Amino acid sequence: MLHAAFLMPLFPLAGFVVLLGFGRRIGEPIAGWIGTLAVAGSFVSACVTLAGLANQPSGARTLTCSDSCSSGAGGHAFFTWIPVGALHVKAAILLDPLSMTMCMFVTGVSMLIHLYSVGYMKGDRDFTKFFVYLNAFVFSMLVLVMSSNLLVTFVGWEGVGVCSYWLISFWFHRDSAASAGKKAFIYNRVGDTGFLLAMFLIFSKTGTLTYLSVFAHRHLLAGGGAATAAVLLLFLAATGKSAQIPLFNWLPDAMEGPTPVSALIHAATMVTAGVYLLCRVNPLLGMSPDAMWVIAAIGGATAFVAATVACAQQDIKKALAFSTVSQIGYMVLAVGSGAYVAAIFLMVCHAFYKGLLFLGSGSVIHGLEDEQDMKRMGGLRRLMPWTFVTFLAGWLALAAIPPFSGFWAKGDILTNVYGKTLVLYALGLLTALLTSYYMSRIFFLTFTGRERWSAEAPDGRPPHHPPHEAPWVMRAPLVVLAFFAVFAGAVNLPWVHVGTLGQWLGPVFGNRLFAAHESAGQQIGLSIADGVVALAAVFVAWRVWRRMSDQPALEPAFLQRVWYWDNVYDAAVGRPAQAFARACAVVVDGRLIDGAVNGIGRLVRSTGDGVRRVQTGFVRNYVVGIVLGMAAILVFMLSRTWWS
Amino acid sequence: MTPATHAFPYLTVLVLLPAGGALAVALSGWARSLPRVVVEWFGIAVSLATLGLAIAVAALFSTTTGGFQFVSDHSWASGLGVHWQLGVDGISLFLVLLAAVLFPIVLAGARTRTDARSFVAWMLLLECACLGSFVSIDLILFFFFFELTLVPSYFIISGWGYTRRAYAAVKFFVYTFAGSAFLLVGILVVAFAHKEQTGVLTFSLQALEHTHFSSAGGILLFLAFTAAFAVKAPLFPFHTWSPDAYAEAPTGGSMVIAAVLAKLGTYGILQFDLRLFPQPSVDLAPLLLTLAVIGILYGAIVACAQRDLKRLVAYSSLAQMGFVALGIFAFTTEGVTGGVLLMLNHGLITAALFLLIGWIYERRQTWQVSELRGLQAPAPVMAGAFTIAMLASIGLPGLNGFVSEFLVLSGTFLTHRWWAVVATAGVVFAAIYLLWAYQQVFHGKVDLANSRTRDLSWAERMVIAPLIVVIVFLGIYPKPVLDRITPTVNALVARVDAATRTHQPPAADRGFAARHSVPTTAKKGAS
Repeated sequence: MLHAAFLMPLFPLAGFVVLLGFGRRIGEPIAGWIGTLAVAGSFVSACVTLAGLANQPSGARTLTCSDSCSSGAGGHAFFTWIPVGALHVKAAILLDPLSMTMCMFVTGVSMLIHLYSVGYMKGDRDFTKFFVYLNAFVFSMLVLVMSSNLLVTFVGWEGVGVCSYWLISFWFHRDSAASAGKKAFIYNRVGDTGFLLAMFLIFSKTGTLTYLSVFAHRHLLAGGGAATAAVLLLFLAATGKSAQIPLFNWLPDAMEGPTPVSALIHAATMVTAGVYLLCRVNPLLGMSPDAMWVIAAIGGATAFVAATVACAQQDIKKALAFSTVSQIGYMVLAVGSGAYVAAIFLMVCHAFYKGLLFLGSGSVIHGLEDEQDMKRMGGLRRLMPWTFVTFLAGWLALAAIPPFSGFWAKGDILTNVYGKTLVLYALGLLTALLTSYYMSRIFFLTFTGRERWSAEAPDGRPPHHPPHEAPWVMRAPLVVLAFFAVFAGAVNLPWVHVGTLGQWLGPVFGNRLFAAHESAGQQIGLSIADGVVALAAVFVAWRVWRRMSDQPALEPAFLQRVWYWDNVYDAAVGRPAQAFARACAVVVDGRLIDGAVNGIGRLVRSTGDGVRRVQTGFVRNYVVGIVLGMAAILVFMLSRTWWS
Repeated sequence: MTPATHAFPYLTVLVLLPAGGALAVALSGWARSLPRVVVEWFGIAVSLATLGLAIAVAALFSTTTGGFQFVSDHSWASGLGVHWQLGVDGISLFLVLLAAVLFPIVLAGARTRTDARSFVAWMLLLECACLGSFVSIDLILFFFFFELTLVPSYFIISGWGYTRRAYAAVKFFVYTFAGSAFLLVGILVVAFAHKEQTGVLTFSLQALEHTHFSSAGGILLFLAFTAAFAVKAPLFPFHTWSPDAYAEAPTGGSMVIAAVLAKLGTYGILQFDLRLFPQPSVDLAPLLLTLAVIGILYGAIVACAQRDLKRLVAYSSLAQMGFVALGIFAFTTEGVTGGVLLMLNHGLITAALFLLIGWIYERRQTWQVSELRGLQAPAPVMAGAFTIAMLASIGLPGLNGFVSEFLVLSGTFLTHRWWAVVATAGVVFAAIYLLWAYQQVFHGKVDLANSRTRDLSWAERMVIAPLIVVIVFLGIYPKPVLDRITPTVNALVARVDAATRTHQPPAADRGFAARHSVPTTAKKGAS
């Protein structure tokens, strides 16, 4: 049964190849169905593998390939990728409860979003190409998750990055989309140098890149700050991929991509890869409390900053994007606090409810002729009942209203952070307040109040036609995701200890939780605080936004412009770098280096007497001389060769 | 070191076949009525036959020895000690294949409008010179072929180039010729030193590598050899001929000069500097590594400021060749293997980029980024091919560039950590300038002039397809290539280590982890 694991990445790979080769001929909508089926196959394989893995005793749920195992049948490797010296990298899988959990929700959510895309992308000029990229993405994501070593994880890591680039700039005729794709790639590239350097460091210390071998020899990383350096370098990579400070600015721009892409890549799956990577190498994190503090602090700060920004956005997708940044900040905060299970718990719940919210916003955007400005929405409750009800579920889940899934997941994190440090806990609780507020604002602006879309826009754009509910292929994923957004919390309830996500993931992470030291009373008190904060913020938002659409005092430019983060980067890095590059090209290369070369040339020419014709006849004659001379030598040489 | 012997003189035929083809094309000038298509197809056929021979050599190549194989050795001018001595090892094998693959593609894909006959003849002569340089293991013979490459290159640039071709051709010729003057002197000094020590006058590499030099003499000789090779590669700061030459040469010329001729520089460093002067190579490694790192960053930064596609690729080549030098002077198995592999990969990628840029020029008569826009809409296949080549150049895993880049950097990190750290920044710059160029040229709303751009024809697709396929294949399954490179690299690194009484770090060749047994099944990461 466990061999089904091998099929998991192969299904979307096959879909990718088929659609790349014949997609244009297959055409719409069959190509979309093929892409969806490929991912469905992957999901089924994941379910079969999960059943097989769950059947094993809890200590033996790890399936992998050591440095010396054979490829092909019997081993768990596909083939040997790079064999040079001691560097022996195999395309092999590491299947354990952690990667299995990732595979389940990645394939599941991907399948639903593929299905949704069949409806959403209907009539697009590049319908088939969309599914080519989407299948390539799922394949890369599975490579990232299932790999047995850092280097092959990096293959998937970059693979999802390039798919993200293609899909953000999918409508490449729009300059903003093209620029956003480029920005995403370059920001990630900056983070990736951290990944590369971490691998160099780990390899130079342990002589391997295979996860389990690295962990087994992690004592070689102790001393001299090597473990701290390696963890922080990997964290740099995670800040790029998972949009954390200081590399988070690309994610809001990435909303230029089609909405299913925002839901799948920039909310549910790819952006959580950084968190997954940190969880994957948790034995190394355990060696460096300093690095854990940095991670926790960055996570907490990102969660807070992004949440403030989300409170002031007008574009529904941008607001949700900042919400994603903020939620991943929570996950990173959890990782920094050693609460890996809580991080994965929130990741899974977030995949459901944020995927749902994006798809819901896509349904709204679709219905309103590509309108994304919330100030031009309102009153959609009656016209789009399915979207409304499912979005409602997503709202309550993200706002962490009990007993929806977000409440349990975020509560798990905050309880653990409370055990680590009060400062970050306070920041986390404040962020929870903001979270509930901005999400309620989005909900009220979109679905309640006046129908502002029926009026002309302030800038003179004509009113929209009354929206229509989405077709069933788009509604069905909404319903399924809404179900999980409501109930996913049940997999890890705090008072249950058997058969939970925590118990399932336990062997991967060990048990070093801060929350374990808290009394039941403390834990209940903390949960009550979470719930009260969330409900209070909903109430405030209800009072402020239910009927209104304009509250300039609550949307300061400072927040709308993201704390002027982009402007600072542009002024401090972007423009000076451009000026420096131009100076290098014109002054250093043109005048200094080439000037010296040409200067020497002129010097030689002016000293030599009869060689003033260098640029015309002289060199040419010289060349002809060389040709004749060489030809003579060659002939001579050959004659000697054959006669000797 | 006992290479298998083959009855058929593969390498001699490999080198002489294109020369014969060139001669035949040149002589066909008497038959004026011969249509140009016949000449062009004849050129393609000759280069394809050469490719077939090269593939046969690669297939018969033994992976168990690090020494030269297919050696053919004929003495001539015995008084002078010069031999017609050819051989191929893991370092030269893939450069031979690279040249053999690229020439048919150049002849088929980058044809010229005028005087096809001369063009084909010069190209075939250039192929002979390139192949000859890579398989010569007699220093004088190598020098002969090394110099011979200049002649056809000069005529190709000056004959079929663009507006500033005369300037570019002269600069290219004089600059590289000045470099090789040092090489010739160096070769003669080495040979006579050897004669003094053993009484035998020979130019055979295998004999000369046992010559001893004083430390000052060794360093001077190393510098003399390296001067020629650094210009050819080019390495910073000897590169300024290359943007002019690459930009002004016709498409085929740019492809061959950047993809194959430039490799002669780094190949020479590996095959001659390291073998003949191991101690000076190690002593001067910090200097060369520093130049390499400067070249990587500087090339990338200057590339960011280019507004002309060909010059952009030229500066990106400077950065890439910096990576090759970095790997070589790391003196680890990973680094040197990565350097050798990168020579092959850079050749393939740069050739593909220049070819595509040439096709853009054919359609739009410009390389200026500002005049191109939105080409992905009218020419999606061209955009796709460009994307693959671009991503390979950026170093996307799954494409060939990444494997070599990773080996170079990880190998360098083992011995020269901070050089590797700085060089890794170059990885970011490559993404910046190439994605910028791609966005300007292929993305955006297409205007009227660009909207009529023809997509690749079927013939063009057939020409570019082999490059794309190899770029993808070597990214996913580089093992066959690595298996052939590593025995030679191991021998070379071992030789340098033995001569300098050092040893590469254990992580490079043995690995710490390998000493312990790692169980196959469940092993908990967490304690």
